[in-house]
Amino acid sequence: MGDPLFSNGVGLAVWIIVVVKVLLAFGFLMVSVMLMIWFERKVISDMQNRIGPNRAGPFGILQTLADGIKLFFKEDLMPDKADRFVFKLAPYLTVLPAFLIFTLVPVGGVVTIAHHVVELQVADPPMGILLLLALSSVAVYGTMLAGWSSGSKYPLLGSVRASAQMISYEAAMGLSVAAVILESHSLSTRAIVAAQAPHFWDWGVFRTGVVPFLVFFVAVTAELNRPPFDLTEGEQELVGGFHTEYSSIRFALFFLAEFMNAITMSAIMVTLFFGGPDGPGFHFVRWLWPILWFLGKTLVFLYGYVWIRAALPRLRYDQLMDLGWKRLIPLSLGWLLVIAATSINAVWGFSVLGGGIVAAGVLYQSLRVSSRRREALAMEGGLGRAGRLASHQVQLRSVPDGPGAPVVTGGGTSEGGGS
Amino acid sequence: MSIHPAVLAATIPDSITFAIAAAISVIGALGVVLSRNPVHSALMLVMTLFGVAVLFVEENAQFLAAVQVIVYAGAIVVLFLFVIMLLGVDRREVTERDPLRGQRAVALLLGILGLVEVILLAGGKWPTGAHSAAGAINVTGRSNVALLGDAVFTTYLLPFEITSALLVIAVIGAVVLARRPRQAGDREQPQIGGGDIITADVLGPDSLIRPEIEEATGSSDVHEELDKSSFERSDP
Repeated sequence: MGDPLFSNGVGLAVWIIVVVKVLLAFGFLMVSVMLMIWFERKVISDMQNRIGPNRAGPFGILQTLADGIKLFFKEDLMPDKADRFVFKLAPYLTVLPAFLIFTLVPVGGVVTIAHHVVELQVADPPMGILLLLALSSVAVYGTMLAGWSSGSKYPLLGSVRASAQMISYEAAMGLSVAAVILESHSLSTRAIVAAQAPHFWDWGVFRTGVVPFLVFFVAVTAELNRPPFDLTEGEQELVGGFHTEYSSIRFALFFLAEFMNAITMSAIMVTLFFGGPDGPGFHFVRWLWPILWFLGKTLVFLYGYVWIRAALPRLRYDQLMDLGWKRLIPLSLGWLLVIAATSINAVWGFSVLGGGIVAAGVLYQSLRVSSRRREALAMEGGLGRAGRLASHQVQLRSVPDGPGAPVVTGGGTSEGGGS
Repeated sequence: MSIHPAVLAATIPDSITFAIAAAISVIGALGVVLSRNPVHSALMLVMTLFGVAVLFVEENAQFLAAVQVIVYAGAIVVLFLFVIMLLGVDRREVTERDPLRGQRAVALLLGILGLVEVILLAGGKWPTGAHSAAGAINVTGRSNVALLGDAVFTTYLLPFEITSALLVIAVIGAVVLARRPRQAGDREQPQIGGGDIITADVLGPDSLIRPEIEEATGSSDVHEELDKSSFERSDP
């Protein structure tokens, strides 16, 4: 800790170990992306009663490799109106954060190689998990610039959607990470994992009371533009989203980043909430078991992502924004307060919890009143398109109720704050 | 006050890192001023921010480095880009005339003054000015982040809370100013928040409008025409 530049000098062995760790992590990610794409296609095929890729290699496992080679040899196109430099830069800005986030993840325990104690993770900087937030905010640039620099309208619309979505959900994600930090008293990922160590009921998911995990899971899914939050590439609306104009190896980079992100974020979730490499081990090959536990847990989340993709339909844009701003952010903020109060004592904890529930009631009421007023205004033609969309939603909801909700005009907000 | 040992041990890797990061920041800063295209300027600003973040890490201020990237690169410049992309300011701007008279001369003067001040303050201690820190940044066994947290939430709690209140006031003020109460029967207005009304200016670097066409016609007719032709959509 401290001394980030090794001002006091380092031996050759340390250099070699660091280089080997970086190369291993890179290789691991590349291979796992290859397997992940195959896995996703196979599982979705199973769920849809199809066979899926089955030609290249045993069970079609080499299909991704074949696709990669094909992409590599395709013609590389660039639109006339593209901003040449930014167009070339954008794919790398998408891939780099995905890889760099993975360097934070503790894959296993500690091993000793030639008298050097080596942590099985590429880097353990003191700012630790803050780097996750920093890098995921850098990832916005790739998407945003890819869409803009293509000089074409569908990519632009896709990238505006994508970056608005990513920025919105970053807040909820950061707040649920803060809950974990509050429990583990450290930013360093290794310390966060160590704080969840002895039993499985010490895992972050239980210590923070499940809610931050759920918020984090949803926020990350939105952050990665995975289904059901893949509005950025809604095929029916936007052709292919922000990467419509990309082809060949540059497109492959976006594809790579998408799946690498899924793997990285699953690994981060395991690290933050499920004890990382924690799990029962045996006395022979002691270093192996933590790694296996880590991989197993990550695989569960990867399967979860694929399952969600197969099962859920895409959200509408206003639903997406409502979920992020009106539900997830207040929820994670309130839960953070509850956790902070609980760590003082139980009385504080329960009173803040009670206060939070009352506040949630008030918030719910005010949202309802606001949507009714929007509906009333929309009826009179006083709102823009966004307003009409929202009122459309209200009407859809109130259909089973019969003649619809009473139209509230002007100041008819007397039912607000009922709790 | 004694000089921090890390400074004394500032060896070759330290200097090399400093040189690279400093060069990146300076090149980025020049790029912000000299780029013709506002989006390129914004990207150059990001580059400068990253260079400065590396310098923070070098000075052992890890938290500051992370916050620099999260807040400035991750939020503020993204907002700049949003504004540039959505409001279509990315046409080449006329840079011959200044909006404020004498702007350049004053800027140059202030810049030189600032540089002189920094050089005087640094007092010839290159590359890491040792007497800048008010205390040891690294007590053994406690990270910079923990110490900073302690300081902010104990000694400097009041300034911290006042700052956060200020930010909340700013946010609420912006919302109040932006949302004037709507009367029923108001004309429909283009809303950026609605997400689907965008002018032709947004479209990409050259934004469909070639500068020469604009110069030739000398009017904004081109905009309107393109507006109509490229954005016909069936209104429900």
